[in-house]
Amino acid sequence: MMRIAILGFGSVGRGIARAILAKNLDITVTGLADSRSGIIDPAGIDLLAALDRKGNGDPCGNPGVSPADVVAKADYDVLVEVTPTNVDDGEPALGHIRGALRRGKHVVTSNKGPIALAYPELRDLAAANGVFLKYEATVCGAIPLIHAMQEGLAGNTLSRLYGVFNGTCNYILTRMAEDALTYEQALAEARELGYAEADPTYDVEGIDAAIKLVILANTILDMQTTLDDVERTGITLLTPEALRLAEDQDCTIRLIGEIVPEAGVLRVSPRIVSKTHPLVVEGTLNAVTVETDLAGDLTFIGKGAGSMETASAVIGDLLYIHDRYVQGS
Amino acid sequence: MKLEMRDQPGQLVAALQPISAVGGNIIAVIHQRETPAATKALDVQIVLELPEGRLARLLELLREQGVNVVRIGEERLLYECTLIMIGHLMHTDLSDTVDRIDTTGSAEVTELSLVMPAISSPSSARITIRSTTRDEMKKAIRILRSVAEQKDLLIIEPLEDA
Repeated sequence: MMRIAILGFGSVGRGIARAILAKNLDITVTGLADSRSGIIDPAGIDLLAALDRKGNGDPCGNPGVSPADVVAKADYDVLVEVTPTNVDDGEPALGHIRGALRRGKHVVTSNKGPIALAYPELRDLAAANGVFLKYEATVCGAIPLIHAMQEGLAGNTLSRLYGVFNGTCNYILTRMAEDALTYEQALAEARELGYAEADPTYDVEGIDAAIKLVILANTILDMQTTLDDVERTGITLLTPEALRLAEDQDCTIRLIGEIVPEAGVLRVSPRIVSKTHPLVVEGTLNAVTVETDLAGDLTFIGKGAGSMETASAVIGDLLYIHDRYVQGS
Repeated sequence: MKLEMRDQPGQLVAALQPISAVGGNIIAVIHQRETPAATKALDVQIVLELPEGRLARLLELLREQGVNVVRIGEERLLYECTLIMIGHLMHTDLSDTVDRIDTTGSAEVTELSLVMPAISSPSSARITIRSTTRDEMKKAIRILRSVAEQKDLLIIEPLEDA
């Protein structure tokens, strides 16, 4: 039996709780915290009750228990850090991840901030403590891109990696192309459907996609980059006429993130793409192509966000650790 | 550029060596086996890229090698790239934007489609550039990027190179 502590009980945290309830994963939750409260229970937290409380708009646990208490005091094998991303300094998640690693606990996170900002430090801290740091859910939700590149494509040299890393932008561009909507109309529709935040800057200016490139560059491609190294253009100035001009040539426009390690290219920008290209996916899907020397070109397509989809990536990481490092299971 | 020659023994090898000697890049060698037997010698087409001004020297070397060049088909602008521009294209002097590429001499704008939806709202244009070499194309796109920056235009480049 593997014991985990979950920080963050929003969409992703609840998705993980539901998956644990629904499937026999051999995982018990001994610590849980949201922004307002926490629970520590070595015997296992009643997740159904916690989900109910959250569903009623109540805190998931006891207001006297903080996330830091859960990190420091709960009895767990793996800390699951699934709070929202802070791109400025990665906090408070960064501190919590450090705390767990120093306690000799494995960490699984969906939080882009700490991985984009402090990966080398966290990797070394995990190694020094003999534990694992996994972050599959930080890039492209359900698509097991990091696992595929670290394990399945081990031994390959990647010459180029590019794709659709942001579902919100992809939805907006899909709608602009389909029904000749203006950017503003498509954005309003995306908001109504819950695909875009009230402040969509992070998505539509390409910041989210750029952070994902930084994570892939730093963790998989051994580059040392920051968000400032990414040449970035968003989609806010695109016109329906531009999409029509692309359409006239059997092409469309997509927001593409691209890394060319050899040339030092890190770039997020709208690009003209042939409609028959495998990266041209509809709606909120993500798609990534990697060009490698041994395996040739591979394209991964899947859901880049969503409660259960992101939980899937977290659970994949948890079971990876479970199979290798948890005794007595 | 396309060279055609008779396929006599040794001619192909004799033709390839001078091409690399003048810095050319062979793109394809096409044997036309269907040529009527009556002509005895078969046609060979070589498609190649050649730096500016080297053609005379190449032909001289080929003659020295005893290669008989039947025909030279020159296609000067081999590479094509289509981009989309968004912004106040007319107010920022579209013909100047085009000129900046055309004056390079090795790349030129061969097609332009412009859509202007309403006065004072940004217009969109699809622009096709052709160039002699891949490097010249990269240079043309760099020029366009810097013009776009000066004139506050958005340039949408293709995913794949020319």
